[in-house]
Amino acid sequence: MSEQKIDNTRRNLVVATCAAGGVASAGAAVPFVASMWPSERTRAAGAPIEADISKLQPGELGVYEWRGKPVWVLRRTKEMLDSLNNMGDKIADPNSEVQLQPEYAKNETRSIKPEYAVLVGICSHLGCSPTAKPEPKGDMGQDWAGGFYCPCHGSKFDLAGRVFKGAPAPVNLEVPPHAYLSDTTILIGEDKKGT
Amino acid sequence: MNGRLMALWDWFDARMPSAREQWNQHVAQYYAPKNFNFWYYFGSLAMLVLAIQIVSGIFLTINYKPDANLAFASVEYIMRDVPGGWIIRYIHSTGGSAFFAVVYLHMFRALLYGSHRKPRELVWIFGVLIYLCLMAEAFLGYLLPWGQMSYWGAQVIVNLFASITFIGPDLALWIRGDYVVSDATLNRFFAFHVIAIPLVLLGLVAVHLLALHDVGSNNPDGIEIKKTKGPDGHPLDGIPFHPYYTVKDVVGVVFFLAIFALAMFFVPEMGGYFLEYNNFVPADPLKTPTHIAPLWYFTPFYSILRAVPPLFNSVFPGVAMMGLSTMILFLLPWLDRSPVKSIRYRGMYYKTALTAFIVSFLILGYLGTEPTNVWGQCGAWLGGAERATVAARVFTLIYFLFFLLMPWYTTADKCLPEPERVTS
Repeated sequence: MSEQKIDNTRRNLVVATCAAGGVASAGAAVPFVASMWPSERTRAAGAPIEADISKLQPGELGVYEWRGKPVWVLRRTKEMLDSLNNMGDKIADPNSEVQLQPEYAKNETRSIKPEYAVLVGICSHLGCSPTAKPEPKGDMGQDWAGGFYCPCHGSKFDLAGRVFKGAPAPVNLEVPPHAYLSDTTILIGEDKKGT
Repeated sequence: MNGRLMALWDWFDARMPSAREQWNQHVAQYYAPKNFNFWYYFGSLAMLVLAIQIVSGIFLTINYKPDANLAFASVEYIMRDVPGGWIIRYIHSTGGSAFFAVVYLHMFRALLYGSHRKPRELVWIFGVLIYLCLMAEAFLGYLLPWGQMSYWGAQVIVNLFASITFIGPDLALWIRGDYVVSDATLNRFFAFHVIAIPLVLLGLVAVHLLALHDVGSNNPDGIEIKKTKGPDGHPLDGIPFHPYYTVKDVVGVVFFLAIFALAMFFVPEMGGYFLEYNNFVPADPLKTPTHIAPLWYFTPFYSILRAVPPLFNSVFPGVAMMGLSTMILFLLPWLDRSPVKSIRYRGMYYKTALTAFIVSFLILGYLGTEPTNVWGQCGAWLGGAERATVAARVFTLIYFLFFLLMPWYTTADKCLPEPERVTS
């Protein structure tokens, strides 16, 4: 081949065309990527729910479905509330320092009203749903004061959803945003500002 | 008649000579080393299983419905009402496990004879990519029957992505297309399982083979047969792939299909290892099965995930280690510094390391199928930790040390001299 002089103008045009083509291709990916986000119908189905708690007996656990997740409302008895104070150093994050609850639930009982615990029943480890073991002792051992046990990887939580030390779950159970519409109805999934 | 056929062939050949040329280049005149042994069956068997999965998969989609309300029942419909449906489904489910069994043996062959070493690094890299695609196929496909284990397995795996710092929760939402694993998730997993990943997989198999045929096959002696060529330009220690190895592979295929049929007809569930019992219960988002474990081929990595303790209130370290445990395979050709390729001429260090690695992989695999309290608890001197968790941590360490110390022990190893020509 004879030595040919490179026509830089043409070469730059080739480079510019390729670059523009690349940008256009990347842009074409946008609608495809966007189509994988939750649809409008799914978003609408993720709206807050109203939970009727009038029939909950003391010590009873009600399960409600919000965004396909189980939300627990546990009506705690006096003994259950007392057990929260006697956990000693077994709890990894006793004061709920990790932000897994709205500001109004960052307290001793992780709730608005001490009597009712509202928790997302999904283990903070890998998303299994823990089993309620509210009675003390039993098959959970002599020093069990009541709480939740995750069957997948053995994480334990107390009756305020606080995780035990040494469990695979790194943090406490999540408290969803919620508000009391009346004494017997809780709105789960949304809190009115200022509550 | 014969003359007519020959004329037809000549007509075809004059118009598309590349068909004949490609056949010769990749089959009839592809010279493979003459000393292939048992371990060289698994490449062709992997292609056979791929074909089995594609054909059985196509026929499953004819009756399957990717809809959260219909999926479980449609699988039972295939099992009970579709003529021969049960056999097609068992072919596909047994094929899934067979695929991993064959591929693991195929990869072990590489570790034995140094098939990942120069000049076959690209062959190895394409192979690891194929393996990753297989893992994606298995994971995506496992959601489709929409049983309890499908649902909660997907829940656990998608939440692995959610643990990634900053982008995790949004990434998980984007993958699921919903706030939980749901109909939207099932529908997109179906799309990826039946079309997207298989297309990528077929492309990767093609480049895996093209890269292999450019450099030529390795052999149990780990020496290059192209160094010694006869006057005709073909390696003296090579024989044409067809008919010699096509015939040999047919023997492997017959044995393989016999075992495959035994598993499929007599133990299709394989005691819960091929099809988990919990998956015969429809998915229930409000009720977690008491014991969640992936199928056997994922359990070594699942063990690594569980073995790593959370750090800074995040399970991400475990997720990262699990990811690294597969990604580190890409580096293997460069971590291995041995002057020889085959285990036949390697020293004690590599042989010991490889044995420790295989034992670790198997024990991690076993532990991943069991709950973490399977071996009870340690004494007080170890803080009462679960024995299985401690064991999983030890074997996870060995798993990684096999790779991380490889540059050192393969250099220091006392190797035997390689022969000039392949041994019989």
